[in-house]
Amino acid sequence: MSDSPFVVIDDLHFSRGDKDIFRGVSLTIPRGKITAIMGPSGTGKTTLLKLIGGQLTPDAGRVWIDEHEVHALSRKALFRLRRRMGMLFQSGALFSDLSVFENVAFPLRVHTDLPQSMVRDLVLMKLEAVGLRGARSLMPSELSGGMTRRVALARALALDPELILYDEPFVGQDPISKGVLVQLIKRVNEALGLTAVVVSHDIKETLSIADYVYVIADGQVMAHGSPASLDVDQDPRVSQFVHGEPDGPVPFHYPALDFRHDMLGVAGGGR
Amino acid sequence: MKRSKIMELGVGLFMLAGILGMIFLGLRVSGLTLTSPGNTFTLEANFSNIGGLKPRAQVTMAGVTVGRISSIELDTDWYDARVVMELDGKLEDRLSRDTTAAILTSGLLGEQYVGLSVGGDPETLADGDTIRDTQSALVLEELIQQFVSNMVSD
Amino acid sequence: MMRQISALGRRGCDLLEAMGRAGLFLAQSSVGVPSREGLYLWLRQVHFIGVLSLAIVLVSGLFIGMVLALQGYTILVDFGAEQALGQMVALSLLRELSPVVAALLFAGRAGSALTAEIGLMKATEQLTSMEMIGVDPLRRVVAPRLWAGFVALPLLTVGFSVVGIYGGYLVGVEWLGVFDGSFWGNMQSSVDFVGDVGNGMLKSLVFAVVVTWIAVFQGYDLIPTSEGISRATTRTVVYSSLAVLGLDFVLTAVMFGGLS
Repeated sequence: MSDSPFVVIDDLHFSRGDKDIFRGVSLTIPRGKITAIMGPSGTGKTTLLKLIGGQLTPDAGRVWIDEHEVHALSRKALFRLRRRMGMLFQSGALFSDLSVFENVAFPLRVHTDLPQSMVRDLVLMKLEAVGLRGARSLMPSELSGGMTRRVALARALALDPELILYDEPFVGQDPISKGVLVQLIKRVNEALGLTAVVVSHDIKETLSIADYVYVIADGQVMAHGSPASLDVDQDPRVSQFVHGEPDGPVPFHYPALDFRHDMLGVAGGGR
Repeated sequence: MKRSKIMELGVGLFMLAGILGMIFLGLRVSGLTLTSPGNTFTLEANFSNIGGLKPRAQVTMAGVTVGRISSIELDTDWYDARVVMELDGKLEDRLSRDTTAAILTSGLLGEQYVGLSVGGDPETLADGDTIRDTQSALVLEELIQQFVSNMVSD
Repeated sequence: MMRQISALGRRGCDLLEAMGRAGLFLAQSSVGVPSREGLYLWLRQVHFIGVLSLAIVLVSGLFIGMVLALQGYTILVDFGAEQALGQMVALSLLRELSPVVAALLFAGRAGSALTAEIGLMKATEQLTSMEMIGVDPLRRVVAPRLWAGFVALPLLTVGFSVVGIYGGYLVGVEWLGVFDGSFWGNMQSSVDFVGDVGNGMLKSLVFAVVVTWIAVFQGYDLIPTSEGISRATTRTVVYSSLAVLGLDFVLTAVMFGGLS
């Protein structure tokens, strides 16, 4: 039981408008490990997290979390399942009308009947873990981007979830906060033994903490393996991505007409 | 915590003000009275034609409002209109028995109301009595008809 | 020709779908047993959309009452009927102007703010993260705002009427010299508590539901970009103003037009 994968995604299809985002994605996320899902921007990594969290419904395919099929659950059961998950949003998504302390206390207050003093202890513990115990009375608008994300991490951990989803945790951070977040994610995982999914395109940071990596492109899983095996992968697309080469099989240019053709403005090709 | 106290107070005052406003609209604007019935007494009067008189219209005496009309119904004995008035309790047993009631109009287009004028009889009207001497509303068509027939007969 | 007809059909379907979504939204968020905490959230919203709108509503009410008295006087005095001023001011305020103008001001002051606030919460993923924490944003964010609107607007309407009638009194009696007794007396004999005050309040309650519903739904349903928020805010004001004026005609016809 404890060896069975925590999240299983089977042949997932999803499209938005006319655009296919996923065309048959299958992956398994092992229990207690950090799994990274990587890919170039615009491949729908955030969408994948929303599908796992049950906020979006796929066109076809299924998602299981700990043997529960997410999209077959009732609204109530889905909310119950979500209590066992934490999610760290790209923007942090702190509640702007609550202080840092209240933000972290929020999940505890709505889901538990703990006495006030216990809530306080728990919140201060979580804030201490992310190094922001001193910032408890600040409002979210007074925090820097890195601090916002750390508070959001504390909030995501407040209920001691079994699964935590990180949505682009490193994007737009200075090197120091990046380093802090990398360490935090690693430490949290080791200390609490929870299952983590990191969606990111920051290769260096992600590869340094992930136990297993999926690379998604063109709506499909392009490659998967341990960070070490991906590093020496022969597939030109994978190595382009992993080594960050600007041009290669994944083109630098958005599909367009011939450049010379466009510049001369023949054929009236528009603006 | 201090701010939320002020907020609660504000909301409380807001709701209180709304309730007080409702009371103002009830008492002062639509003229509902909270005074107990003991402070008023009723008189009745029969009119052969009440014109446009409506329930809750004013009853005045020398231009001063002394009460209002509580109901109007058809008296099936005489086939005229029985108007029930509620008057200020201070006037009970003070109006003479030969008090007259007339239906008057305030201004050319104004509301119709009942005007009382006192006579000289030493006996007075008590609660539930009927005013005998009444003057009906002026109906414009009847006036014109009278005027025309007078002209013809001249 | 066929294309136009099918485009019209598609628009119709979209409209119906949006209305269905909005109706479901209203039903899901407004029904439910409030918790102690929900009561506190509601109180905060009453403060935000009610108490803070009080100033603009009262000032507008005062001026509208004063203008009514002034205009009414110049017309009524031609017929020698200036005693009927009180009745005119009170009836036009209670039946029409208070519910409608207060609702329009409410849509502009509180409705647009509600849309922008909820829209911004959506754009910054606060609603999504609330969902992921396992809290239903319909209950936590939307319901207190809806119920606050339902309560606040009728109260504001009462305030508008009271202040407006007082403004009419100031101009009519204190300034233009209408006799005090006939001002109030005529008012009292012509205003019916249930028929005029009550129906006015009923109108106001209907407007409160419609305006708050539109504002909150526009915020919840918008496209989470800055352009989407500005569009939704505009839509809130436009839709709720039109809805108030249109519904006002229907309600007036039913209540006072002898259609009942």
